[in-house]
Amino acid sequence: MSILKSYQHLNQPQKRRAFVKTFLLSVAAIVFPGRSGSQEKPKKNSKWILDDDYDATEHRWGMGIDINNCIGCGRCVAACKDENNVPKLPFFFRTWVERYEIEANGQVSVSSPNGGYDSFKPEISDKQTIRSFFVPKLCNHCDNPPCVQVCPVGATFKTVDGVILVDKDYCIGCRYCIQACPYGARFLHPETRTAEKCTFCYHRVVKGMSPACVENCPTQARIFGDLKKTASPLVRFTRMHNINVLKQNLNTEPKVYYANLDMEVS
Amino acid sequence: MEEIIQHLTPLLKEVSGYIFPNEIELHWGLLIVLYPYLTGLVAGAFILASLVKVFNVKELQPTYRMSLLTALAFLIVAPLPLLGHLGHPEKSFEIFLTPNTSSAMAMFGFVYAWYLMAVLLLEIWFDYRKDLIMWSRKEKGLMKWIHKILSLFSSDTSEKALHFDKKSVKVITIIGIPSAFLLHGYVGFIFGSVKANPFWSSVLMPIVFLFSAIVSGIALVLLIYMIVTPMRRKPIDMMCLNKLASYLFYVMIIDFSLETLDFIHRVYESEESIHIISELVSGKLFVSLVVIQVLIGMLIPLGSIAAAKLFKLPDELKKLIYFVAAILVQMGIFSTRWNVVIGGQLFSKSFRGLTTYKMTFFGLEGFLFSFILLIMPIVILYILFKILPPWDEARQPVS
Repeated sequence: MSILKSYQHLNQPQKRRAFVKTFLLSVAAIVFPGRSGSQEKPKKNSKWILDDDYDATEHRWGMGIDINNCIGCGRCVAACKDENNVPKLPFFFRTWVERYEIEANGQVSVSSPNGGYDSFKPEISDKQTIRSFFVPKLCNHCDNPPCVQVCPVGATFKTVDGVILVDKDYCIGCRYCIQACPYGARFLHPETRTAEKCTFCYHRVVKGMSPACVENCPTQARIFGDLKKTASPLVRFTRMHNINVLKQNLNTEPKVYYANLDMEVS
Repeated sequence: MEEIIQHLTPLLKEVSGYIFPNEIELHWGLLIVLYPYLTGLVAGAFILASLVKVFNVKELQPTYRMSLLTALAFLIVAPLPLLGHLGHPEKSFEIFLTPNTSSAMAMFGFVYAWYLMAVLLLEIWFDYRKDLIMWSRKEKGLMKWIHKILSLFSSDTSEKALHFDKKSVKVITIIGIPSAFLLHGYVGFIFGSVKANPFWSSVLMPIVFLFSAIVSGIALVLLIYMIVTPMRRKPIDMMCLNKLASYLFYVMIIDFSLETLDFIHRVYESEESIHIISELVSGKLFVSLVVIQVLIGMLIPLGSIAAAKLFKLPDELKKLIYFVAAILVQMGIFSTRWNVVIGGQLFSKSFRGLTTYKMTFFGLEGFLFSFILLIMPIVILYILFKILPPWDEARQPVS
């Protein structure tokens, strides 16, 4: 209707001309697809989520995780579910915690009951465990993200400050991104029927706050920060530790950096 | 929400080893198995038709129009499983309006539209144009108008026009062959390019998809020819049937060699994922992969067609062997698609565990809907046969 209204002040030939122009443009959109570039859109539209005093070009967000500090309490998992309205079911997680137990004979067992939400119960068994540790997992916000590459409509995109987001109004729910993610970080939200995953709590970050999981971690196993600022805790963290990323061979260039990561973790 | 809890909770118990918590829900189900199966039949049937026009295989003339119509009937249904599986089918047009140029899947609409509009419909139209005009001249009532509209009211039956039709069909077929390769090779690429999934990620995937598509297409046309011809009380052309079986045999040999190469390559390279994949193949996929796909769907039909060719068997027995072989091949190719799509999702990307696929009966992802989608092309084909009879005796001389 608004299109019709915008024609009202025009006289008849002008109206016709305007109509023909709009019509030809619409047809052209079908014939020359992608001219508008679905990956260009978020750059232009970033204003609707960002405050005027937040300049995305000044930041590049990442997370550090110190395996040695994680006690498997699951507070991060619970905080994330509360903050981001993630269904409280054992099938949907934006972040979860895994427990690794490595026995003397080399046997490795991994578990993550309810994603670590209820914390881990002490293991009482005859197993001769030589190493045991917890690994928090989340979206790696890859710099070379396979999920963004495969999304047919460009609903999932990389922001200027390096965070991978999903536009749920745009997502058609084809689940190709879920298949393409090597980390199992994505799921289909059962209510919106669109792809979901960790956003680094972008809504908090742009207001100068930390992600909910980082805020709630009692041992500071998670460090959030700006990779562009040499003085940020994250850059300091990556300087002070030997750093690893998950599935490095896939060239996804993750921005979640693990310190003291065991070779068994994938 | 209740539904999803009921569906997923029992699956928690079926998990062996460790899988990521988000992996309990298997994302691409039966509908996505149907999609490559249906497009494969389209591409295969079209390649068979092109043998007649481009490579001048005269024996296959009786199946030429039949193959084209089969391709069309299955192509019409092919996008429906995709649409049914989307979380938001109402937004699917976004793929056309703002496609993400780096996405393999975004190209689907264009590949599909190109194939339907620029290849299949055009070829059928040029091939049938003269007959449509002739039929509409003779007929009365509804059929006259259907044929008249389908011929787009053209009425030129001059020597020159007919020559142009013939030439156009040939040109379109030549464009059509790479297009058919594109249509199905592309489907293989959708899976083959997922580096996160070592079971899918293979450069051979599009090629294996293509040859298995040709196998399934030839077998399907063979089945349709063998069922429809006796129903019309006409004799089966043994020359044609033997030729169909020969082509089926040759393409199956290529397909089998490619699949074997893929298998040997994986075992020989023995990458990180080999342990979980061999656990999968020797366990949850054993029946559908080793027994149905390889043994029943490939080795038995290959052996029986070879036997029918080697020993000079009577025609009736040959017919029986071809018929059964073609049915087994269909089963085999369907499980090929199943093993790729479902099998590729049964192991965790942590490579530490396996999960299970539980099919539902009702609902869009259920068995019933998929079954209807499989029946639909056959119904469409029946209608197409009524409107555009593909039989040789239906061809009309210019009068």
